[in-house]
Amino acid sequence: MDLDALAGCLSSSACLVTQTTSGLIIGMLLFLVAVGLTLIFGVLKIVNFSHGAFYMFGAYFAMAAYQFTGSFALAMLAGAAGTAILGLIFERIFMSRVYGADVLMQLLVCYAFVLIFDDVVRLIWGPEFRSMGMPAAFQVMPLFIAGGVVPPYYLLLIGVALIAAIVLGIGLSRSRIGKVIRAAAHNPGMVSALGINTGLIYGGVFALGGMLAGLAGALAAPVRSLTPGMGFSVLIESFIVTVIGGMGSIVGALVGALLIGLIRSFGSLGFPLFTEGLMYLFMVIVLVSKPTGLFGKEAA
Amino acid sequence: MISGRDQDTPTPQREGKMTRIRTPGISRRSTLALMGAGAMSVAAPWVARAQAKTIKVGMPTILSGRVAQLGTSSRNAVMLEVDKVNAAGGLAGRPIEMVIRDSKGQPQEAARVARELVNTDGCEWLIDAEASSGSFAVHEVARDLGVLCVHTCSEASSLTADPKQHIPNAFRCVRQGIHDSIVGGSYAASISKAKGLKKWATCSPDYAYGRDTTGEFTLYLKRFAPDVEIISESWPKLFQPDYTEVVTKILQAKPQALYSCLWGGDLTSYIDQANIYAMFGQMEVFAVNMADYTALTVVKNLPKGIHSGNRYIKSFPATPENAAWGDAYKAKYNEYPTNWSWQNATAVMFLAEAAKKANSTDGKKIAEVLKGLTIKCPFGADGTVTMRGDDHTLVGYAIGWGTTIPQEPYVPEVKAGDWKAIFELEAEWKKSKGYT
Repeated sequence: MDLDALAGCLSSSACLVTQTTSGLIIGMLLFLVAVGLTLIFGVLKIVNFSHGAFYMFGAYFAMAAYQFTGSFALAMLAGAAGTAILGLIFERIFMSRVYGADVLMQLLVCYAFVLIFDDVVRLIWGPEFRSMGMPAAFQVMPLFIAGGVVPPYYLLLIGVALIAAIVLGIGLSRSRIGKVIRAAAHNPGMVSALGINTGLIYGGVFALGGMLAGLAGALAAPVRSLTPGMGFSVLIESFIVTVIGGMGSIVGALVGALLIGLIRSFGSLGFPLFTEGLMYLFMVIVLVSKPTGLFGKEAA
Repeated sequence: MISGRDQDTPTPQREGKMTRIRTPGISRRSTLALMGAGAMSVAAPWVARAQAKTIKVGMPTILSGRVAQLGTSSRNAVMLEVDKVNAAGGLAGRPIEMVIRDSKGQPQEAARVARELVNTDGCEWLIDAEASSGSFAVHEVARDLGVLCVHTCSEASSLTADPKQHIPNAFRCVRQGIHDSIVGGSYAASISKAKGLKKWATCSPDYAYGRDTTGEFTLYLKRFAPDVEIISESWPKLFQPDYTEVVTKILQAKPQALYSCLWGGDLTSYIDQANIYAMFGQMEVFAVNMADYTALTVVKNLPKGIHSGNRYIKSFPATPENAAWGDAYKAKYNEYPTNWSWQNATAVMFLAEAAKKANSTDGKKIAEVLKGLTIKCPFGADGTVTMRGDDHTLVGYAIGWGTTIPQEPYVPEVKAGDWKAIFELEAEWKKSKGYT
């Protein structure tokens, strides 16, 4: 425990800016993965254990597109669109068959696909780790804000994730499609009786969830190693985020992800040997005081 | 032994009213003999199978999971050398047949596979190409079965330095953590003194290898440069995807130099993430595992001037033999070898030379010859390497540190470590650990 370092940081604007942006970066990437997970659970009532694979595919699709075209924008697009299509196909062909099944069956199907997807990546891109590389446009000196260090690429990353959060939030609460999705989450039978194709909604939601994870993977690709199985550790942290924020809550996912990001960022200063433990400790505290998560709805 | 008389000739007791005619089959005595032979072949399989034409060599290694690339590169290197040995007539006239199995990087699986390779597949020797945790498990199998075993990947010094681990039939053909730390500490101290680097930070993976290697490096750094102070330590977990908080923590501490023993994908992630904070321009970075092609060729924006120990690069030692070996490997497998590759290749070279000297493939005879054996080797500091007799470990290999550039040869100049100094300090370290 190094509380002096933590106190020193909190009283220094330079440290505060650097560590806060560091927390935001970790948090916003985590949010993109976790929000897909929570969205799929909220509407489809499926705990998508294979969600990390979409993060992995997003990164690999982005790397492949970047190597092929040299365009960072196309790489991001490939990561997001590729995983959306993959999500739709995966949901229609496989997941739609286990909606009514036992939770254990759903978990087994998802876990089987975690292994299959990892092997698919291994077959296509090889077992060794890969690196996409930072686009030349972002190979610049970091910005210095109030003495704190902020890399421009991370500003873009936070901005994209924030836009995704706002579009998602407004889209689900204001748009007609959003209302139909929310209605399908509450009463799919009634939505179906009104002549709306619920299968299409489910497929669309799964594709959207996959796309968000894929976008996170694509955004992370320039700064993280790409390796088969890379989605697993992100998935575990995403589960922690959804447990803290509340399963099914988008606001909860955002708050949970940011809290985890800040805990990691400031925890590494004050509790260097207990940063991971702090995350789990916080989760336990939330679970004990509010078992449905910070923004989760109590069961009726 | 099965006796003809037992089978065919009636004894006086058998001639009588209740005469029993012996039918062809297996008698009680021969059954016992067979059982005894069976038990022998399980307990000491190399005895029963010594006459087979090919010599089967078992090799547990990591062929799946996050570090599969290292296991694959071990397999490739072994096959490269085995093909040469077989083309030259094999070992004492017996061609080598490699039986290579995946341990998935799990110690219990490595032990199971090793045992199966000997007991079921009939392997007479083992080349243990496991990471440290797996190697200790395979070592126990070798202790139990008495089979000749050469460890080719575990850098944990205690595997051979600790007398409790010593068994006559096991050898280690691997670079060692303590050797790297002595050379690294001495090199870093000289840079430290020249550039006045007094405030140091460390960032290494939070498991035994990371903790031990960092501890030993800082021990020797402080020994050679006593005014060095470690002002920040970071211990990210193994395979952590994001190092942002670690990078910013180090930036806050404002050290003049950073040591890291992160490796593979973790190291490349770390470099990519530290790069966008312009960290490499703010401090001298010493990353012992940087100079390995697995990392050098993957990082797209490799910063200039990272100090690294040599893992495997074909330009150090700067000899035609080493360059030719690196090129031959690349020509065959379309990628450069790894640190695990040269160690595995060296193991086959040692075994081939020992079999030649012993004119036998008997494990015990080979073990006797291996003790203290010096062979010509492309990876030797002076063109030779030695299997030290008293602790069965590899010495005399090329070891040094240098700084990186972003393109080949990646580390243009490597300052070689002094083996005389390594031996002195290693002996001192062993004494301090109670190993001698």
